[in-house]
Amino acid sequence: MRKTLIFAAITAVLSGVLALLWAQDNSVVIKIIKGQKTVLAAPDLHGSGAAQTYMGAFNDTLFGDLQNSGFFEMAPKGMYPLQVPQRPEDFRQPTRPGTSSGGLWLSDWASPPVSANYLATGYTAEQSGQIVLYGWLYDVGQPNLANAQVLGKRYFGSLDEAGARKTAHEFAADILAHWGGTSLYGTKIYFQSSRTGHKEIWSMDPDGSNQKELTSFKSISIMPAISPDGSKLAFTSFASGNPGIFILSTETGRRLPFYNQRASLNATPDFTPDGKQILYASSASGYAQIYAANLDGSNLRRISSSRAIEVEPKLNPKTGTDIVFVSGRTGPQQIFRMNFDGTGVERLTNGEGEASNPSWNPNGEMIAFSWTRGFATGNFNVFLMDVASRQYSQLTHGEGRNENPSWAPDGRHLVFMSTRNGSHQIYTMLADGSQVHQLTTAGNNDTPVWGK
Amino acid sequence: MLLKRKWSVIWIAILLAVFASGCKKKAAPPPPPPPPPKAEAPPPPPAAPDIAEFSAEPSSIERGQSSTLKWSVSNANQITIDNGVGTVQASGSKGVYPNDTTTYTLRATGPGGTLSKTATVNVTAPPPPAAPPPAKAPLSERITALQDAYYDYDKSDVRDDARSALTKDADLLKSVFQDFPDAVVTLEGHCDERGSAEYNLGLGDRRAASAKEFLVQLGVPTDKLKTISYGKERPVCTESNEECWQRNRRAHFSTGQ
Repeated sequence: MRKTLIFAAITAVLSGVLALLWAQDNSVVIKIIKGQKTVLAAPDLHGSGAAQTYMGAFNDTLFGDLQNSGFFEMAPKGMYPLQVPQRPEDFRQPTRPGTSSGGLWLSDWASPPVSANYLATGYTAEQSGQIVLYGWLYDVGQPNLANAQVLGKRYFGSLDEAGARKTAHEFAADILAHWGGTSLYGTKIYFQSSRTGHKEIWSMDPDGSNQKELTSFKSISIMPAISPDGSKLAFTSFASGNPGIFILSTETGRRLPFYNQRASLNATPDFTPDGKQILYASSASGYAQIYAANLDGSNLRRISSSRAIEVEPKLNPKTGTDIVFVSGRTGPQQIFRMNFDGTGVERLTNGEGEASNPSWNPNGEMIAFSWTRGFATGNFNVFLMDVASRQYSQLTHGEGRNENPSWAPDGRHLVFMSTRNGSHQIYTMLADGSQVHQLTTAGNNDTPVWGK
Repeated sequence: MLLKRKWSVIWIAILLAVFASGCKKKAAPPPPPPPPPKAEAPPPPPAAPDIAEFSAEPSSIERGQSSTLKWSVSNANQITIDNGVGTVQASGSKGVYPNDTTTYTLRATGPGGTLSKTATVNVTAPPPPAAPPPAKAPLSERITALQDAYYDYDKSDVRDDARSALTKDADLLKSVFQDFPDAVVTLEGHCDERGSAEYNLGLGDRRAASAKEFLVQLGVPTDKLKTISYGKERPVCTESNEECWQRNRRAHFSTGQ
């Protein structure tokens, strides 16, 4: 009996340790997405005069930005009180404590069924031919209005849908900033699309709007990378015959010079975080190996040295010294790291399946990548790995192929390619795997990268 | 009545005969001399035809050129030239285009007989045009005939079946480069859809390179073979099954670039 108890105790301790190990999976995500989310109420705002015309677009944009940020649990609109205070003057403290003001007091939003922590409200108006947004943010847990007001600001835009969306994006950005968040408004996603019949490089806004073709080589132009300041686009193209590296100015759309060394293959370029060099793979020595060069291709030097295929070098954006890359040196493709001088090579993934597409998060602690671990060959899923601890977490779970994750500048979102709806399309999600949004539908769209 | 008249005619005839005999008996003058025998020639026989001219100018031509027959004939009412010229006037000319050396015979027939004359046009063969190149299939057809080399998943080493395909290809390639000394053949490396697109660029590159190495060992000139990797960017099929995957894991020959 006693022995049984001891055995049970040992088992309990062991399973506890095991449980801890398994739990580490989640800790990777928790590092990025805080567990406890603020409950935010964001009722539909109204506009006076001509401004009302654009409020549908405005409210969609504001609610979408706040929800997609991942900072908030959005209080469901159906639970909101009938009256919404549109400005400070509208608030009416209940005459007796504990009673309701029908929406016109802070506690009406803090108490059930809304149970919000914060309320974003305001209104728009037409003023001198512009749309003006008066936006406020209230901490509804506060006893009085003076303490409750967190934000009160005016935003201006053109008197059209674009202007209304702009004011919504800016208001959302200010709300996010209160939680230390970075708005993705104004960032760009670059990707390859076959929708014209040729694989060309395209760009779009983070919500999938504004899709634009950036190249028209009518060849195979794929695997874009964007410089840290967003001014230059590098990619792999067959436009000159063998796959080579092309660089375009995103401002002028014109090609910038890049010396492709004599090789059957120069491919998978990426910019160093200082924007001054290009890392890429070249078969100049036989196998594709990792090289670094100046932005124009000069001063090139070989970094990795193996008799194996090595591609997709990515330099750590914080340290500027660690390169993660994909190599077949131990068998099927896996993620490795090495120093910028090629020393200190270590395998990061454990050798299971095939791993590819590493992408550093902005603070340089974590990579997102695709891995077939646990799935059939070719069935990639998006994973995160804390590079120091090698703990990893799986974000997609076999809904088609899921590849090429790339971090958003906010360090909380990922853009990736998925075949979950049949064809290759671009999706965004929060780095915990939630809030998946499809951004593209036309043709096949692959290899997204999120830039400024 | 008729009878009476008949009788008077007889009587007149008798009287005339009496008178006539009575005159003879009178002193008859000598007969005039016979007219001198005039040596009058018998009507001349009709003149024989005459061929004043029958010539071919020039008398020597190259095949395809023309020569002009000229003739002038008299005393003939039918003039023919053979070899397809036919009946002609007494004088004239006609261009002829004989393919080979031809002797034309002009035959003139008149009341005085028949005469013929010949004119020969010598035809020389023009210098033959440059001989056409020996019949051979165009380069693209001969490249299409080369067999693909197939690979295992994530591998670039040349399998046994690929070795025998490439050995045949090596012989074909050597004769291709003899017939088309300027030709350069491209070896394309391809992959199936499963590995990442980025890694597959490197893998297709290895497949093309190892096929090239094998061919070069068999004596195919290295500078005649280019390699290019298409990774998984240009599949021949897109189904997600092993049959299609195998078709895409290959080194393929093209005349591209």
